[in-house]
Amino acid sequence: MRRRNSEYIIESCIRLSGLLVIIFVFLIFLFLLNDSLALFRQYHLVDFLAGRKWLPISEPPRFGIVPLLLGSIYVTAGAIVICVPLGVGAAMFIAEIAPKFLKHVLKSLVEILASIPSVVLGFIGIVWLGPFLRNTLGLDTGMCGLTGSLLLAFMALPTIISISEDALVGVPRAYREAAFGLGATQWQTLWRIILPAASPGIIAAVMLGIGRVIGETMVVMMVTGNAPVVPYSILQPMRTLTATIAGEMGETVGGSDHYFALFAVGLILFIITFIINFIADVCLRKARK
Amino acid sequence: MIAARTRQTIAFSLLALATTLIVVPIVLTIFYVVANGAGAVSWQFITQSPRNGMREGGIMPAIVGTILLVFGTMLFSLPLGVLSAIYLVEYARDNFFTRLVKLSVVNLSGIPSIVYGLFGFTLFVVLLRFGTSILAGSLTLAIMSLPVIITATKEALEAVPASFREISLSLGATKWQTVRYCVLPYAIPGILTGTVLSLSRAAGETAPILFTVAAFYLPRLPRSVFDQVMALPYHLYVISTQVPNMPAQISFATGFVLIALVFLMNLVSIILRAHYRKKKLW
Repeated sequence: MRRRNSEYIIESCIRLSGLLVIIFVFLIFLFLLNDSLALFRQYHLVDFLAGRKWLPISEPPRFGIVPLLLGSIYVTAGAIVICVPLGVGAAMFIAEIAPKFLKHVLKSLVEILASIPSVVLGFIGIVWLGPFLRNTLGLDTGMCGLTGSLLLAFMALPTIISISEDALVGVPRAYREAAFGLGATQWQTLWRIILPAASPGIIAAVMLGIGRVIGETMVVMMVTGNAPVVPYSILQPMRTLTATIAGEMGETVGGSDHYFALFAVGLILFIITFIINFIADVCLRKARK
Repeated sequence: MIAARTRQTIAFSLLALATTLIVVPIVLTIFYVVANGAGAVSWQFITQSPRNGMREGGIMPAIVGTILLVFGTMLFSLPLGVLSAIYLVEYARDNFFTRLVKLSVVNLSGIPSIVYGLFGFTLFVVLLRFGTSILAGSLTLAIMSLPVIITATKEALEAVPASFREISLSLGATKWQTVRYCVLPYAIPGILTGTVLSLSRAAGETAPILFTVAAFYLPRLPRSVFDQVMALPYHLYVISTQVPNMPAQISFATGFVLIALVFLMNLVSIILRAHYRKKKLW
């Protein structure tokens, strides 16, 4: 009888844990929504979404997220342009061309990159990459969107490489054998048969990479110059959604409009990453079939 | 028209070039931090408190703080993550609730770390009145680590052959007995590997601890779980952006210690994986 009881307790705990995971997501969304709504009672939603000025401590304050959103978009687009071709190329190299020994070395290196804390990369951006870009490109300041893009591209590579590689390796052998049987070279097979067959997985890899880049905080806060103005070029200082929350939260008074505005920025981030991850998940499931 | 062979050579060279463009910066980054930081790391540096506005002395409180946070994170996320994964693999039926749990795991893994910081601040610091404390920070990091632990545990459980379960059940064991004695022991290596990896990531995170636990400057050790602590990643952020006239050597050394700590944890997970793989029985 005692055995039955303890079993009942543990099985309840197991079910409760599953439930808790749902509760956490729900609570995160609820808290963000609740505090955002507190802002929108004072401040018009349209002014928030379409406002071109983020001046939280001026009188009256302006909470337009267009400059922050554009900051995030510039930095993310720059990072993606750099890391997708490199990452998918490296995944193709690792999956198809590299001999076994080299494959192990490369995969370990990618794992090492994945484990470097973002704050360390931000630090390197401050002491080396920023000054280096300023001198080479003759910029006014090295703390600009491009520095952030380069470091974020670097950070997103492990995600893109490992998921793309899984997708490439997962293509059935028969496809390859059929292509070789028809006289295709290894490259023709890779480019025309394997890559298209692996494309859902590769799209998922790119989506997850984008999600990673948009959500990254410390690197962009340290190296993109933190200027909340509408940027016109990636070579200007700018500020992202994430860096705004991290940089201003400590200075706000709990319950002020500014405080609620930062939660509204958090809500926007939550929604963006939710959509991106949802698409990635759909692609991944398609890839498994 | 270029011959197919030539085209292949060109294409493969480009792929090799892309790989090189990734490998070289990785090696240089590590080398750069080690070359500049290792020299400044001494016994005093890792055992003393910072002095003179953090420009002198060591980083002991930050190291201790990070280690405490990692343990706190593990305490909450390991049981919760493993139990959730057991639910998904062993107990879940294909219904709406299960699909919702799976979607939540996917969603949790994509939420930006700074949003976890906001959430942890609202729930643990303000609502539950833990204040900025080790408890609030560990809980925030634990929720952030959950999806990685759940995914790793799920994969480990799914890798255990179905016949193990069938034999156990056919001998009259209950569902839980089967999971406890015939499935879980064989999934332990995968669970440990995933846990250590997720903890190494938690150790390096800065954004979630900004408003939940991290102290700017606190040159003493915490007395209870309701105390603030310094943490290595936050300390590196502070000294490289907020402190004027900071000797670069100390920043590099702090970065080196942080990377060394994270690599050490990764190494543990690799050794665990290799050790158990040798003992694998099926």
